[in-house]
Amino acid sequence: MVTVDDRERRTKYDARGLSEPHANVPKVSDIEEGRASFDATGLSTREINLELRWLLYEEGIGDVTVRNPAAKHSIAVGILRRCNLRIEGSLGYFGLGLIDGPEVVVTGRVGWSVCENMMSGVVVIEKNAGSLTGAAIRGGDLVITGSVGARTGVDQKGGTILIGGDAGAMTAFMMQRGHQIICGDAGPGLGDSMYDGTIYVAGKVKSLGIDCVEGEWNDADTEFIDRKFSIYGLEKPNSFQKFVCGKQLYNYDSLEPHERKLVI
Amino acid sequence: MCGIAGIIHRDGSADIGNEMTRMLQSMKHRGPDSTGYALFGPPTDLIVIRFKLADSNDRRDFEFKERLERHRLEVESRLNKIGATIDRVESETQYAYRARVRYEGDIKSLTDYLEDIPGCEVLSLGHSLEIIKDLGDAAEVCEQYNLDGFEGTHGIGHVRMATESDVDISGAHPYWAYPFSDVAVVHNGQLTNYFRWKRRLEHSGHRFQSECDSEIIAVYLAEKMADGRSLEEAMNDSLDDLDGVFTYMAVTENSLGMAKDEMAAKPLVLYESDDLVAMASEEIAIRAILDREIDTRDPYEKQVLVWSR
Repeated sequence: MVTVDDRERRTKYDARGLSEPHANVPKVSDIEEGRASFDATGLSTREINLELRWLLYEEGIGDVTVRNPAAKHSIAVGILRRCNLRIEGSLGYFGLGLIDGPEVVVTGRVGWSVCENMMSGVVVIEKNAGSLTGAAIRGGDLVITGSVGARTGVDQKGGTILIGGDAGAMTAFMMQRGHQIICGDAGPGLGDSMYDGTIYVAGKVKSLGIDCVEGEWNDADTEFIDRKFSIYGLEKPNSFQKFVCGKQLYNYDSLEPHERKLVI
Repeated sequence: MCGIAGIIHRDGSADIGNEMTRMLQSMKHRGPDSTGYALFGPPTDLIVIRFKLADSNDRRDFEFKERLERHRLEVESRLNKIGATIDRVESETQYAYRARVRYEGDIKSLTDYLEDIPGCEVLSLGHSLEIIKDLGDAAEVCEQYNLDGFEGTHGIGHVRMATESDVDISGAHPYWAYPFSDVAVVHNGQLTNYFRWKRRLEHSGHRFQSECDSEIIAVYLAEKMADGRSLEEAMNDSLDDLDGVFTYMAVTENSLGMAKDEMAAKPLVLYESDDLVAMASEEIAIRAILDREIDTRDPYEKQVLVWSR
């Protein structure tokens, strides 16, 4: 007897490719004094998200705990209000994407692309994270107590990513603004093709990417680092190196090479 | 996209047929085209040959059945001719078979002799390696080949979304490292210097059954190991020799290894404990076989890890 979860086989898609178009809000939460919690075991991704939306938007509850999400993908995406969210367990890919406002604690590990395009809020992940963590985030604080995979904060446009452990290859690739604090080591190609922003690394850097250079430390950096570590109560390494954009790749000349010859 | 999974029990055997099925089924969304397993049962003196005489989507003409039967008899007679004592030949599906033989001679000549029969492809050969692959999702393949209850120590699996070659059994993973017994590989990614390596390996006498780029990894590793390199050394060599984006897993009789390219472009999540190592493209697959709270991590770029039993 194959004990494969046959939920997937029952998954239906509508003409737009939306899965489970007829899913209903399961309404399985225990609600008590403005706080709610529910066990996600046995619920599909869409049911978990419908339940969350129902609690946050319709019931107006601002404190929700989700237990056992079992590394499902795309959980708690697109939450656009201030609230406290606690996720007890691991998330799969694309968790907490496109959020604006929530304060989230994830007690497990997260997969690829967590908090993609986060606008504001605070997300604390108590274990490791996969690659593309905090891709294109615009604001808020993303704290990962453990280590992260490759390309953390790719295309970061604001906010702060704080990593307690090590970071993989091409961290801060094409970063445009914001801060990254890495307490452990950074992989090869750190800050490759970055436009702006600041990266602080406490450990060793395997190699710097193109146009990423060491920056000059000033009091504002010390103040910023101290402030972030005191907020999240993490152990602060003794010293950091600062990396910024060398601005050698900047080229706002819109002329093609052959056109330039004519002008000169 | 493709999904890969691997598991090794370091303290004995388990129902890896069922475990791999659950892992692969939970990653069906990564590749619905075909599903494959490379499982290691308890080693015996005998050699297990998994072979197919037609593809599952071959056209069924009027004499399809008769032809298969004729070719199956031809396989048996050729096995006898080359000096292999047949223990048994079982038919798994209409076109896929499992033979157990006693054979001491050269594996390459045996394989070549069998594959000379029209439509015949040896999927795997070894003392404990068995490669099972077919179209459809893991639950379908498991049911078709009766994999539930397959006792073993380690194995790898693959769900395929075909990008580089046709949707058929020849293009499905895992790949056996022809002509070396008990080595197999699954791969998620694309190799860009595939043709160069294929030509080079063909010059040294290796045969390729598909147009799939992943097939060279298995042969590449096996050739290195035949030259005296360990699995770990061979995998480390491959990081420099193979171009492209890849995460792949390799298995031998006693070990399971993973390698990631220098960009860490393809995913892999790893769970490691004293008695069990499980890894997969997505954590959801590891959760499918472990119901307790676990710590997992992503291996880094250019990393090669090998676990032995």
